[in-house]
Amino acid sequence: MTAVSDVSSHAIARARWRPAEIAFWILALSCAFLFPSRYLIMTDILRLALFTLSLDLILGYAGIVSLGHAAFFGVGAYSAGLLALHGIINEPVIALVVAGLIAMALGFLTSFLVIRGVDLTRLMVTLGIALLLEALAERFSNITGGTDGLQGIEMQPILGVFAFDMFGKTGFFYSLIVLFLLFLLARRIVNSPFGLSLRAIKNNPLRASAIGVPVNRRLIAIYTVAAFYAGIAGALFTQTTALASLDVFAFERSADLMLVLVIGGTGYLYGGLIGAVVFKMLQELFQTITPQYWLFWIGLVLVVMVLVGRERIHRWVLWGPNLVIRQIFGRKAGVAVPESDAP
Amino acid sequence: MTTLFTILFDGVAYGMLLFVLACGLAVTLGLMNFVNLAHGAFAMAGGYICAVLVNNQGWPFFSALPLAFVVSALIGVALERTLYRHLYTRSHLDQVLFTIGLTFMSVAAVDYIMGSSRIFIKLPAALEGQFDLFGVGIGRYRLMIIVICGLLTVALQLILSKTRFGSRLRAAVDDPRAAGGLGINVPKVFAFTFAFGCGLAGLGGALSAEILGLDPYFPLKFMIYFLIVVTVGGSSSITGPFLASLLLGIGDVAGKYYVPKMGPFVIYTIMIVILIWRPNGLFGRAAAR
Repeated sequence: MTAVSDVSSHAIARARWRPAEIAFWILALSCAFLFPSRYLIMTDILRLALFTLSLDLILGYAGIVSLGHAAFFGVGAYSAGLLALHGIINEPVIALVVAGLIAMALGFLTSFLVIRGVDLTRLMVTLGIALLLEALAERFSNITGGTDGLQGIEMQPILGVFAFDMFGKTGFFYSLIVLFLLFLLARRIVNSPFGLSLRAIKNNPLRASAIGVPVNRRLIAIYTVAAFYAGIAGALFTQTTALASLDVFAFERSADLMLVLVIGGTGYLYGGLIGAVVFKMLQELFQTITPQYWLFWIGLVLVVMVLVGRERIHRWVLWGPNLVIRQIFGRKAGVAVPESDAP
Repeated sequence: MTTLFTILFDGVAYGMLLFVLACGLAVTLGLMNFVNLAHGAFAMAGGYICAVLVNNQGWPFFSALPLAFVVSALIGVALERTLYRHLYTRSHLDQVLFTIGLTFMSVAAVDYIMGSSRIFIKLPAALEGQFDLFGVGIGRYRLMIIVICGLLTVALQLILSKTRFGSRLRAAVDDPRAAGGLGINVPKVFAFTFAFGCGLAGLGGALSAEILGLDPYFPLKFMIYFLIVVTVGGSSSITGPFLASLLLGIGDVAGKYYVPKMGPFVIYTIMIVILIWRPNGLFGRAAAR
C-alpha cells in the first residue's frame, strides 16, 4: 500500500506546475510583443516545436526511434492543403483537426507495423513508410501537384473572424494557441498512469509486461497520438504558409527533427520547444556564414553532441538557470531536468 | 523474352553491386549491432577517389579501383579508431544521430570540394557498349561488374568459413566476451572488419558511378537501399544479404521497367511486407541482440 501511495505522490509531485514552466510560457507569449517584426520565423519555431513534441512523445516516453516521422507531418500538410484548396472545409480550425485526425488514422494503421521487431526494424519501417508516401505523392501529382506542390491555397479567416495577414501576426497567435493547448494535453498524458506505464515500457518492455502493462496496446496508443500531433504540425505548416510540397516527406525533415529533439533533450516535453528555438537560431547562424553548406555544420553539431554526451551537455546548459531558480524559489524548485537526471 | 533476360541480367549486375556496397554494413550492422547510416559516405569516398585519379590524374581505370578500396579502408579504420569505437556500447539512438551527422558532413564537404553536379568516370574503351549473346544484349560494363562482384562474394564466403580470421570474426560476433577470454583480440578483429567493409564500399562506389550515378547526395539517396539489403537479408551469414541484394536489384530494375512511375513504391512495399512477415530478415536468426 505504501508503495502505491509513494508512486502516486511522486507522480502528483511531478505533475505540479513549476514556476519555471509558467515563466517559460509567459516568455513565449511576450516574444509576440518583444519582436513584432519576426512573426514569420517565430511561427516557424512554433510549428517545429509542435512537431518535435510529437516525436518526444514516442521517442522520449516510449523509446520508439523513428526515422520517418515526416510521414505524418506530410499527410497533415497535404490534408490541410487539399481541404482548403477544394473548399471542402473552409474553416481553418476544423480543417486543422480533420487533418490531424487523418494523420492519426494513418498513425494507427502503421503502428501495427512499428511495434513489431527491434529498433532496427522500426527504423527501417518508419523510414520506409515516409519514403513510400513521398513516392505516392510524386506518383499522384495530379492531386498533390507533384514537385511544384499545391498551388493557390487561400486560407479563410480563423473562426470566421481573424484573417491571416501578410506579417504573420494571426498565424503566430494561432500557432501559439494550438501549441499551448496540445502541450497541455501532452502534459496531462505523460503525467497520467498511462504515461507512467509508457516510461516503464521504455525502461524494460519485458518487465513492464510482467507487471501487467499491455505493452503493444500502449505503444499503439502513443504512436497514434504522436501521429495526430505531427499531423497538426503539418497542417499548421500548410495553413500558415499556404504551401505544401513534396519536401514535407523528405528524410532531411525527419533527421532534422531528431536533431531538434536531442538538442532540447528527450523525455520532459520542453525539450522539443527549447530545441526548436536553438535549432532555428543555429540554422540562421549557419546560413549566414555559409549559405550553401550549412548541412555540414548541422552534421558537426550532431556528431559533437553524441561524442560529448547528450546528458552532459544538458547538465552544463541547465546549471545556470537551475542556480538562479534555486536562489529565487528555494531549494526544492528545480527547473526542468533532462530525463537521465530525473529522479 | 529477350527483354526479360536483359532485365534479369541488369538486375543481377545491379544486385551484385548493391551487395558489394552493402556487405560491409551487413557486418557492422548485422553482426556488430552498430547502426551505421554513414556507410554510403565511404562508398562515395571511393567513387570520388576513383573519379579524381582517372579523370584528373590519368590513371587507368583498373589500377584506380584497388586504390579506391585501400583509401576507403584507411578512412574507415581512422574513423573507427578515433570515433566509432566509443559508440559501440551506446544506445541505437546515439548511433543513429552520430552517423546521420557524419553523413550530413560528408555530403556538404564533398559538395564543397567537388561541386554538386553528378560526375562520371572515364571508362576504358573495352568496357563500353554491349554485345549480343543469343539475342540478349549484354553490357560489357555490367558483365565486368558481375564478374568482379561474383569473385568477391566467393572470396568473402571462403574467408569467412575457411580461414582463421573468419573463425575469429564469427567467434567475436557470437559472443565477444567468450571470444576475448579465448585470447582473440576482439576490438582489433572488429576494426579490421570495419575497415574491410569500408574498403568494399569504396570499391562498390567506384564501380557504381556509371550505374547508380555519383553526386554528393549519394549517401542519403542509397542509404535506404543498403539498409534494405541488411535488414531483409538478415545477419546470420553473408548469403542472406547476397540473396537480398539480388532480389532488390532485380526487383528494382523490373519495377522501373514495367511500372516506371511506381518504381520506388514497389521496393518499399516489398521491404515493409517482408519486415512485417519476418522482423529479423528473410534469413535472419531469431534472437537479435
